[in-house]
Amino acid sequence: MPEMTYLQAISDGLRQEMRRDERVFVIGEDVGVYGGAFKVTVGFLEEFGPWRVIDAPLSEIAIAGSATGAALMGLRPVAELQFADFVSCAWDHLVTVAAKQYYRAGTPVPLVLRLPSGGGFSGGPFHSQSPESSFTHVPGLKVVCPATPRDAKGLLATAVEDPNPVLYFEHKHLYRRIKADVPEGRYTVPFGKARVHRAGDDVTLVTWGAMVYTAAEAADELRGEGISVEILDLRTLQPWDKQAVLESVAKTSKLLILHEDTRTSGFGAEIAAQVAEEAFENLDAPIKRVAAPDTPIPFSPPLEKAFIPQVADVASALRELVAY
Amino acid sequence: MAIARDTEPLGSSLEIGQLGLGRAELLGMYRNMMITRGIEERGHILYKQGKIPGSFYTGRGNEAASVGVATAMRPEDGGTPLHRDMGVHVTRGVEAWRILAQYMGRADGPARGRDGNVHLALIEQNLISMVSHLPAMMPVAVGLGLAFRIRGEPRVSVCWYGDGAAARGDAHEAMNFAGVRRLPVVFVCDNNQYAYSTPPQFEYACANLADRAAGYGFEGIVVDGTDILAVYEQAQRAIEKAREGGGPTLIECVTFRMEGHAVHDDAFYVPSELFQEWAKRDPIGRFGLWLSEHAQLGEAEQGEIENEVKALLGEAQRRAEASPMPDPAELEQGVYAESTEAPGDTDA
Repeated sequence: MPEMTYLQAISDGLRQEMRRDERVFVIGEDVGVYGGAFKVTVGFLEEFGPWRVIDAPLSEIAIAGSATGAALMGLRPVAELQFADFVSCAWDHLVTVAAKQYYRAGTPVPLVLRLPSGGGFSGGPFHSQSPESSFTHVPGLKVVCPATPRDAKGLLATAVEDPNPVLYFEHKHLYRRIKADVPEGRYTVPFGKARVHRAGDDVTLVTWGAMVYTAAEAADELRGEGISVEILDLRTLQPWDKQAVLESVAKTSKLLILHEDTRTSGFGAEIAAQVAEEAFENLDAPIKRVAAPDTPIPFSPPLEKAFIPQVADVASALRELVAY
Repeated sequence: MAIARDTEPLGSSLEIGQLGLGRAELLGMYRNMMITRGIEERGHILYKQGKIPGSFYTGRGNEAASVGVATAMRPEDGGTPLHRDMGVHVTRGVEAWRILAQYMGRADGPARGRDGNVHLALIEQNLISMVSHLPAMMPVAVGLGLAFRIRGEPRVSVCWYGDGAAARGDAHEAMNFAGVRRLPVVFVCDNNQYAYSTPPQFEYACANLADRAAGYGFEGIVVDGTDILAVYEQAQRAIEKAREGGGPTLIECVTFRMEGHAVHDDAFYVPSELFQEWAKRDPIGRFGLWLSEHAQLGEAEQGEIENEVKALLGEAQRRAEASPMPDPAELEQGVYAESTEAPGDTDA
């Protein structure tokens, strides 16, 4: 099994989808000649030609909108926005048109929107956001946040197969930092099935995306203190694997939710509410959240570090929970 | 300074014959205009009777523009008609009773009660159901053209919008992208001169909206949107040009919104002289007169068509009123599609 970075796995998965199904095409800014701002589509133009690897003008509305139109005509667009932050420009289109078309008109919109998200490298307020939670509030959209190379490839294949608009958030900080074995052939990873990143007994830690690795480091620290943490990587937020969370909480009785997005109305709030509604009797401590504060993401390294949840923040929240 | 080309009105039946329209086609267009207006007049009555919930929008004054363009399309062409374009659905064969059922929120409306008004379209006709954020449909229409281009199909997408929608950024992005890639898209701007209460001088500062086409690298044409034959000629030319790889065209159909923005709006802000002036150019009246002068449409035949349309609408209303209300138990169904195959798919 070849070892691939998270970025290589996305690229490999996308190339396989395009080879498998000629309806799949790529559209975005600088995806052709340049190979994408992060080089996910390097070599695609040469292999698939200019009408399946389409360099679009600087027009997020036209990218999301025309991808929707092409999907309605039976193609399988995989559109790239250069940074997830720019999805705000396409918000109206995704929320107003793509999300509601099937419910209103009965016409599926099999669209994948790739959204490089997340901070950790001084991208500043407009190149670092994690806007996935906002879209979980929009019925009709699916939201995917892979954390591992294997999932990045398998979830992309599932996203391309899915007959609905799928927002695929790929975390930029994982692109080249995370490397793992990835199956060579095509495979799919189902939506709505959490992955146990690490089994444990004392406390459940639910997270996704790059925070999976922050969680793992914190759990390493606590292992030395005799505390065993179960880490659940949700993989997808819409749909999300509530059952897996409830089962883990039934075992550990304590729940910490961790996300890189800001705290208020972040997806952690939804998880906390559902667990409180359905598993109150199983809890031995109040549910805790570790999330970014309710501010824009700042640029300068010490400010950004204070914004993004760090290993020490997670470790201290875990200790508090265990001591409760 | 205007840059778009103004069209000439069409006169003789010889010219019309050269466009490929025989007498049967001409009478069919006339009939579709009358059905279009008839559906909306029925809607007015049903609204006042309390049988249509919410609001109700019509395209009175726009029948020539909508029917004229739709007649020039081929079945395999597609597009995104808006709320003044009922004539497109009528021309492409949506049954009147289903439109009335849609107005009334019934289960047999194309939106099955999940959306109302003219927020309908049949995907098997390659039309996409509009949203209220009107220019949001423009990039979708461009996407239809993109799909046709990617697959190398000789098909054309028609993108409708209005003088109000033209002010939004979506319009710019859609036309720019279509121009850059020379996609097979025909932009049809129904300029009915009022966006709700806002007149042209507060929506745009150029002489014609069609002038903007030059900025996107394609041709802009201003056509009298109350002259169905002029509209048809320009639409056919633009659609066939796009089909042959000639890229987009912007056709500005100048019409007048003969009613308020919706039924609740009495349009007090429109000077009454404007209504009087444009009433003389009523698209159906004009075409009827032309047909009597050039296509031997006599009183008897005119009466037959009127009776036929009336009977069709009476039956449509009866059937629509017999259609059940949607079942609230189905409220949460169909938010997400289950099938991996979508309508409109071709072989992979």
